[in-house]
Amino acid sequence: MVPGVERFDDRVKADAGGPLSALGLDVIQANLGYRCNLSCRHCHVEGGPGREESMSRETAGAVLRALRSVPGAALDLTGGAPEMNPNFRGLVEEGRALGRRVIVRSNLALLLEPGYSWLPEFFAHQGVEVIASLPYYMGSTVDRIRGEGAFRKSIEALLILNRLGFGQSANSAVPLALNLAYNPQGAFLTPPQAELEASYKKELRERHGIGFNRLYTFCNMPIGRFREFLMRSGSYESYMEKLARAFNPETLGGIMCRRMVSVGWDGRLHDCDFNLASGHGLLPGLPAHICGFDREALANRPIALEDHCYGCTAGQGST
Amino acid sequence: MGDSYYRDEDLGRFGEVGKHNPELFKKFMDWYSASLRPGALTRREKVLIALGVALAVQCPYCIDAYTQECLNEGMSLEHIAEAGHVSSSIRGGASLIHLLQAHNSVDKVSL
Repeated sequence: MVPGVERFDDRVKADAGGPLSALGLDVIQANLGYRCNLSCRHCHVEGGPGREESMSRETAGAVLRALRSVPGAALDLTGGAPEMNPNFRGLVEEGRALGRRVIVRSNLALLLEPGYSWLPEFFAHQGVEVIASLPYYMGSTVDRIRGEGAFRKSIEALLILNRLGFGQSANSAVPLALNLAYNPQGAFLTPPQAELEASYKKELRERHGIGFNRLYTFCNMPIGRFREFLMRSGSYESYMEKLARAFNPETLGGIMCRRMVSVGWDGRLHDCDFNLASGHGLLPGLPAHICGFDREALANRPIALEDHCYGCTAGQGST
Repeated sequence: MGDSYYRDEDLGRFGEVGKHNPELFKKFMDWYSASLRPGALTRREKVLIALGVALAVQCPYCIDAYTQECLNEGMSLEHIAEAGHVSSSIRGGASLIHLLQAHNSVDKVSL
């Protein structure tokens, strides 16, 4: 806890008149593990090539059973690099066979790696929605965060996806949607989303001939590698103060935990991927594991709030 | 940081300059706040102007504050560096054009 920064749950009770609860269950997000071809400097799960945590076939099966039990819910696949999990293909195929939206959170660079070049056509054939992490539209910034050459690979992958039909619609929640995700390159807040999206669209179109649907903006959460950076640079307290000062109660209705549940690689349930990364499960009295998935209990559940939640409610909020 | 006339933490103490004349300080703050509100120019454009002026007048407080504001507006070091060159070259040009005064001065007394 940072001196002078009010506990997030107390702040919410004061501003919203009570604790937060889920408003429904529109998305089941599955974190397929922490193995990744990249080791991004801001990664909240500290993903990388050496990580071995990986969702098992049994747990993936339980995710699909849970998906079937929630009519209309979308399946959102994340990681690490979710595509590196051996059950990834089956999850996408089964999810689409059920007629559900399937969202894949991709780092783009993986699509060019040996053994993964089948992914873009698979995505197109299955009609998935891709949310691709692209921290900025300039190479020097992206390479500083993700490693030398990451930007060039991202551009190549985006061009491949464009050629397959991704990113052509004005709607961000349709098959073949190509949405990008922005994170600030340090301990500062996200800029106005509409203006940054306009800059991304202009720069990517004019410099590279690339089109996409929408840009989502996410504050860096003070967990994982980003927290380590904050501690190393002596800026943890000032960053938490910055996030707390920018608290915007109008974001509370749209934060991701209100309409989703997160399933960890080990099957444990969390309110979101950030609570997963920081080791916070659902509140006591709720099912702790996917095997006990209970649609009714989860759809209106009270949410476990932590101080890193200031990251999702700062300014315009994380979109 | 050691002994220095400029300290990071002094940026947060700006309000203290109004201690001995709060009325005038309030007038300044009202003008300052209003000048940065989006209008015909966006906030992004205004903070870039502010950074350019900060570099030109070499105010370390403003350089720090408005670099952060540029980042908050989604700009990168590439944008900031270009602004620095605009700011510096305009400031340099303001000196350089006064060389004409020297030319005029030479012309006055030269055969």
